[in-house]
Amino acid sequence: MKRVVITGAGTINALGHSVPATLEAMREGRCGIGPLAFRDVERLSIRIGGQVLGYDPETEFNRQQIALYDRFTQFTLLAAREAVAQSGLEFHGELSARAGVVLGTAGGGVQTWDENYRAVYEEGKNRVHPFVVPKLMNNAAASHVSMEYNLKGPSFTVATACASSNHAMGQAFTMVRSGMAEVMVTGGSESMLCFGGVKAWEGLRVMSKDACRPFSLGRNGMVQGEGAGIFVFEDMDHARARGAEMLAEVVGFAMTSDASDIVMPSKQGAARAIAGAMRDAGVNREDVGYINAHGTGTAANDKTECAAVADVFGPHANDLMISSTKSMHGHLIGGTGAVELLACIMALRDGVIAPTIGYEEPDPECALDVVPNVARDADVQVVLSNAFAFGGLNAVLALKKI
Amino acid sequence: MTDSIQDAVIRIIAEQAVVERSDVSLDQTLADLGIDSLGLVESIFAIEETFDIEVPFNANDPSESDFDISSVAAIIAAVRRLVADQKPG
Repeated sequence: MKRVVITGAGTINALGHSVPATLEAMREGRCGIGPLAFRDVERLSIRIGGQVLGYDPETEFNRQQIALYDRFTQFTLLAAREAVAQSGLEFHGELSARAGVVLGTAGGGVQTWDENYRAVYEEGKNRVHPFVVPKLMNNAAASHVSMEYNLKGPSFTVATACASSNHAMGQAFTMVRSGMAEVMVTGGSESMLCFGGVKAWEGLRVMSKDACRPFSLGRNGMVQGEGAGIFVFEDMDHARARGAEMLAEVVGFAMTSDASDIVMPSKQGAARAIAGAMRDAGVNREDVGYINAHGTGTAANDKTECAAVADVFGPHANDLMISSTKSMHGHLIGGTGAVELLACIMALRDGVIAPTIGYEEPDPECALDVVPNVARDADVQVVLSNAFAFGGLNAVLALKKI
Repeated sequence: MTDSIQDAVIRIIAEQAVVERSDVSLDQTLADLGIDSLGLVESIFAIEETFDIEVPFNANDPSESDFDISSVAAIIAAVRRLVADQKPG
């Protein structure tokens, strides 16, 4: 089996338009959540989110491209640009055929659905732009990345709600590990901060009106974010042979299904995924120094996740750190695991653990070291990244220091 | 008017619990009736649609919400208050 390393990372999200800007914000415990600004926001009862601000598509893409790129595709391409540039890879000939792209998104081109439903239903128009379908399809982002970088190997999109990115990166990891591909561009993207997108979430009554406070007593729900995180996963031998900089090693992955409830999380399902990722990585529980939590800030997720971690790690649960960066960038739904993987890389490479901000008071049901409010310096060797989706689909990745 | 609010709330709860209206009594809790968290959110949606009101309810901490769901009688009383408070004009 091949060893798999990360040789490039890119992002755009509410904390920053690049990896360095995002990591700086995480180190400083900055909050990217604020008042939402888009059409009809006054008709929503939930009016906060982690929106990407200061971004003008017209400075990044030409008119023809914008006609084809939904916002989730734009975010993907910007993050991919940063990641592929960092990797230093160019895809020609044999490498091109042995490289692919697998991405996660829950909703795909939600903004495109929203705009065009408004046009035909509300405004009574009887005609839509010819590219609505290729713009909104869930695989649009993956396909545009493959075209942009000449990736001709295995390429597809995974949709498992809030675990989409982790499932996608898990696929990329196993493909490189098995030798099916030499290089995989992977990660995920989401952009459902529009009237229809937020209205749907509002209905479920799990959203907070003021802040995302994971693990904190009195937390009152999740806050949505948007953006993308993209990575280059590469066969370690290939990376080493070309002298590439390696950001971290991907060492394990596991996925499980709760097979129980469409929205309520299960301790057993989460625990099996966490234990499975460690088993796949061949690491002991004492090796794990940090977990990037799913940590949505809902009452149900956070206590279930803490109980699962306590079950899997036993006494070591009290020695490890677990934080939720959703408190800063919001919940990017299908893109969230990808942006959160940046916090894992920062922990391994820079020895900085991103904090859980907005933390007010300890919750006895979340009695772990959640790195409250302030980032911490720590030397960690192995980290995990959790994602537990609606529908009971769980995906956990394990990363190791180079 | 008072009775019609009570009747409508009981109808919504009975439908959600899949029982006859006559089997719903005022002192019962939603748990007694076998209504889970999803059923509760659906019931609140039905109440909002029926009475054209906004019900302040966050599933993360139902006990902290301003809307008392501790029994069928409590829900009826809370709906009555909201209907009075949110009457247009």
